[in-house]
Amino acid sequence: MAYEVTMPQMGADMTEGTLVRWLKKVGDRVEKGEVIAEIETDKANVELEAFHSGTVLALLAEEGQVVPVGEVIAYLGEPGEEVPTGKAPTATAGAPRRRSPAPEGGTSVPSGAPAAVREAPTSPPSAPTAVREAPTAPPAAPVAVATGERLRVSPVARRLAEEAGIDLSTVRGTGPGGRIVRRDVEEAIRSRAAAAPRPAAAPQPAPPPAAEAAPAPAGARTEPLTRIRQAIARRMSQSKREQPHYYLTLDIDMTDALAFREALNAAVPQEQRVTINDLIVKACAIALERHPKFTATFSEEGLRYPAQINIDIGIALDEGLIAASLLDVGNKTLGRIAAESKALIERARAGRLRAEEYGSGCFTITNLGAYGIETLIGIINPPQAAILGVGSVMPKPVVREGEIVIRQMMKVALSADHRVTDGAEGARFLKEIQSLLENPASLAL
Amino acid sequence: MAVLRMRDALREALREEMRRNPKIFLMGEDIGKYGGSYAVTAGLLEEFGEERVRDTPIAESVIVGAGIGAAMAGYHPMVELMTINFSFLALDQIVNNAAKLLYMSNGQINVPLVIRMASGGGSQLGATHSHSLEGLYAHFPGLKVVCPAFPADAKGLLKRAFRDENTVIFIEHTANYGIRGEVPDDPDFLIEFGQANVVREGRDVTIVGYSGSVHQALRAADMLAEQEEIEAEVIDLRTLRPLDIATVVDSVRKTNRCVVVEDDWKFGGFAGEIAALVMEHAFDWLDAPVARVSSKDVPMPYNRTLEYAALPSEEDVVDAVLAMF
Repeated sequence: MAYEVTMPQMGADMTEGTLVRWLKKVGDRVEKGEVIAEIETDKANVELEAFHSGTVLALLAEEGQVVPVGEVIAYLGEPGEEVPTGKAPTATAGAPRRRSPAPEGGTSVPSGAPAAVREAPTSPPSAPTAVREAPTAPPAAPVAVATGERLRVSPVARRLAEEAGIDLSTVRGTGPGGRIVRRDVEEAIRSRAAAAPRPAAAPQPAPPPAAEAAPAPAGARTEPLTRIRQAIARRMSQSKREQPHYYLTLDIDMTDALAFREALNAAVPQEQRVTINDLIVKACAIALERHPKFTATFSEEGLRYPAQINIDIGIALDEGLIAASLLDVGNKTLGRIAAESKALIERARAGRLRAEEYGSGCFTITNLGAYGIETLIGIINPPQAAILGVGSVMPKPVVREGEIVIRQMMKVALSADHRVTDGAEGARFLKEIQSLLENPASLAL
Repeated sequence: MAVLRMRDALREALREEMRRNPKIFLMGEDIGKYGGSYAVTAGLLEEFGEERVRDTPIAESVIVGAGIGAAMAGYHPMVELMTINFSFLALDQIVNNAAKLLYMSNGQINVPLVIRMASGGGSQLGATHSHSLEGLYAHFPGLKVVCPAFPADAKGLLKRAFRDENTVIFIEHTANYGIRGEVPDDPDFLIEFGQANVVREGRDVTIVGYSGSVHQALRAADMLAEQEEIEAEVIDLRTLRPLDIATVVDSVRKTNRCVVVEDDWKFGGFAGEIAALVMEHAFDWLDAPVARVSSKDVPMPYNRTLEYAALPSEEDVVDAVLAMF
């Protein structure tokens, strides 16, 4: 049978992704696990791997097309095998079929209509045809394609926008093929009304948009949000809105850990060297195994526990912050974690994360130690239950056995979801991390 | 009110009109002793006699031609063509005589003739006996085309056809003959031509059908409401000539979307006419191009599975609607 390749969900709040590039073409042989496409999500470019081996039967999504999560974008199967047509494939998955793949913002126009690809052969090859000439099929691509930059707007949407004074270039189309439809203009009118509430005075003729009513002071400007900015804004607001945070901070004595790391690194080549962050990842992996509630996700039905422990690490890119996932750290040695972490950061900076490395973590470590920051109190990365903020390791005077001594100290802060855990559990979890890092030999196991 | 099948409602209309007007008589193949291929005229021979219920030879051109002549001479005949597929043999009489005489005689000669025929596929009758030609007859100026979907409409429209001074093509979908519904027994119950009927109200999409396709549209509307929370408005055109486009346009101005369903082929079919009229009258209210759901572009297959695949289904209607959202 033919296998569906769908737009994967990478991260809990991802609703759509952009098909950046196909790495395979129709007829190519694909092995399970092979990368077949590059997908751009809100935050990063990721590689899409095939879940099945087979021959590429059809590529439904165009390069550059924005596709909702779960939509079929390609079919794999045996050479010559028939690809399901007509009946929208998402129906078999039980998902609502209302939305079609839509190009971003309604301004970029795909070179061919995806619907036409799916529905192309309508008459069965064996059926007799009335005429010998080719059947009169409609042109596969809409006429608008030829004009390139033309905005796709339904007639009713165009009329309503004109009546309401809405600039259509600012409206995002959600109709088939990214067409701006009635609901989009109505939404734009609503959000404008919400942004500029009219005084309850006598009705005025056609109020101008807020921006015109109150001209901005000279020199001020508005820069449109990038996708990554939008995603960060959405997720962080969601976290602070939905997840009641509590915070615990603790000083960890890293003197022994630094010595342990130095000893390790003396024996291995450059590319296998262990960083302080790798030690923290390993310590957290062990602590999470012992305190699994900190890996859980809150839902009304109950706490959901992941099958394996993946830890997200925050990586600051020029475009903004992303969380990349280190996979199955509970079962990996410190050396392996160090090597994989290095590769992960490189891929993140190159915008080439794999699908499963984006947003699959159950816990996040964010570290601004390199910037000399003493305390970092993080915002939980939804739907996770906790985040560990890590500050700089710096020499500090501390009291040991009645004496003031200089030790290498690091402040950590745990931000945790109070719906999932309580402060005392957080304290035990944090003490576990402290104990592991202050007795670093335990990390070598 | 009585609950009748559509074939019974049609028979009631014929009986009532023949009692009312002695100028009405019936001609056709097997309509007398046999009672009609679809049993519409059963029992009428017994009540009205051989003068008024006349079995004819198998000669469609003669049947229609004789009907035209009688109509010109002051009668109001009804001729039955066993199925619409045989009307091809009478096409010259219908198109070049019945439809043209009033015009070519400068209004001196009218042709008050009712031509009934059974239409539609879906019964494994093969490529030559499964046509849906409502749109073909609606193409010609000078003909009125009536195609009911429900028993009450069938009765009211057929009775109205006998009050018309011109030729009425009255087309009955074979799948509708057994459909039951409440039918008024008032002998003056008439349904005016050119009045489409909103058979289901909705706000999200307008589905237009006539004859058999009204029932697909209604089933699709139920599926859309249950599975997709889409409320479809369904309009039964009832007559294609005259056409009540105003009811369709009013609905589309409310829903902003329109799907036309018909058993005919899409290319050059009547759904294209509806689509064009909606565009002309409601362009600025459309949220999506008008969609057509029609038969596949092949002669009707005999094989049951292929025939089913060739005909429009309620699933096809649902898919067409979903593609608009």
